[in-house]
Amino acid sequence: METLGRAFGDALQLLWNMDSDLFEIVGLTLQVTLVALAIALVLGIPIGAALGLTKHLPGRAFVVPLIYTGMGLPPVTVGLFTYLFLSNQGPLGSLGWLFTPAGMIVAQTIIAFPLVVGLTMAAVQGVDPDLPIQIRALGATRCQVALTTLVESRIGVTAAVVAAYGSIISEVGAVMLVGGNIEGETRVLTTAIVLETRKGNFALALALGIILLALAFLTNLIFHRLQVRQGGP
Amino acid sequence: MRLWIFVPLAFALIGGACSNTPPAVLSLATTTSTNDSGLLDAIVPDFEEQFNASVQVVAVGTGQAIALGEAGDADVILVHSRSREDAFVEEGHGTARYDVMYNDFIIVGPDDDPAAIVALPTASVGMAVIAATESTFASRGDDSGTHSKELSLWNAAGVEPDPNAPWYKSLGQGMGATLNFADESGAYTLTDRGTYLSQSEALTALAVMVGGASIDENLDSALLNPYGVIPVNPDKGDINAELANSFVQWITSVEVQGQISIYGVDTYGQPLFYPDSEAWRTQ
Repeated sequence: METLGRAFGDALQLLWNMDSDLFEIVGLTLQVTLVALAIALVLGIPIGAALGLTKHLPGRAFVVPLIYTGMGLPPVTVGLFTYLFLSNQGPLGSLGWLFTPAGMIVAQTIIAFPLVVGLTMAAVQGVDPDLPIQIRALGATRCQVALTTLVESRIGVTAAVVAAYGSIISEVGAVMLVGGNIEGETRVLTTAIVLETRKGNFALALALGIILLALAFLTNLIFHRLQVRQGGP
Repeated sequence: MRLWIFVPLAFALIGGACSNTPPAVLSLATTTSTNDSGLLDAIVPDFEEQFNASVQVVAVGTGQAIALGEAGDADVILVHSRSREDAFVEEGHGTARYDVMYNDFIIVGPDDDPAAIVALPTASVGMAVIAATESTFASRGDDSGTHSKELSLWNAAGVEPDPNAPWYKSLGQGMGATLNFADESGAYTLTDRGTYLSQSEALTALAVMVGGASIDENLDSALLNPYGVIPVNPDKGDINAELANSFVQWITSVEVQGQISIYGVDTYGQPLFYPDSEAWRTQ
């Protein structure tokens, strides 16, 4: 208990004197997380909406369980596969992305993508099934139908964004394997926490943990305000 | 609300799992090298049988192993960083330090040796050349015994590497991960010979640069890597001191030292560790 108390005090002090190394780690964490999230959203929301709207698509019976499995993918397995693909012996070795932020973004996108697709699909399916029929009767194109349905299910879609963000900013296994936790290059908050705990620097580890929690909380605060403005809970 | 029924169920599961614990548990905090090399798996079952104990091996860097001992979260530590071991005992965290075994460090690097260090006699000269040519060097960067050794070698080389220099990669990871990184990225690194040998089949792009093919060919005495065992001071409370002392006596006994001396010979053609306890030396 004494260690915990002391670590907490030291942690607050470290936060107060936020140095440039700490800034760099926080910056990279946000950069990797947000880029991966953006890619996953751009790819995932249209696919999720399409799956939610078209109930009789051929192959759907196979794709949907696949997406649900993907939502529970162990991140460390994603990290392993990404590592093997990006390794010099792997098919994408020539890209030179192993142990770089680009490789970390690839792994995190793969983790976030099924979450975005699955939750968007569920949100779209929750919309009144008569709505697409009605607006189609008004002469809307397929694209317009999808867009209107997405707007109608925006609270559920925001939940998809929140879930994907939370899962990748707090993820450690894949970024450790693919990024390599290189100081000043690929070290992010989660891998830095693992390292400092291993070194017995509990105060620094705790300070990093507090920053991670604060980042997650702040972002969720913003998302929640958006939801409220949209008439959500 | 129906979820509440799972609460007693969870307690029942936890209780059920705990009721089977053996009578005595020894918590051993040690370095990744003793565990990753497979040595502990090979010798510890004999201790567990003799003393009707279960050994919990926590394999971490020397820095964390020492921190675990300081916090009283381990009963005994088996580590390799002589100055920190002595400090641990001096500060009253451990009762005494005993020699156990040694092996050696080597510098490995890419086959084509871009810094041309392969014929150099000592590690510190090699590392000075690596720094001067700004060839990629992978550092454990995790406060482990190997990391401490690396820092002392830089010191001897008169180099103070900047962790933000592009050629110096501070990974903050274990030896295995660091070797994989060096293999992938064409980097030099300092490693204990045991971990390198146990992984060398997968490390196709790496070769030994300084330290030779076995400890007999290693000409640099600074690369010697001694391991010590220290029982944690029982004053910290909740320390299984009796079992910790039994462990020390057991691992330094001539019989177990003999097992250490042959471990790995079948697979690698040379032992991974060399016994060095007082009982072994004076037999």
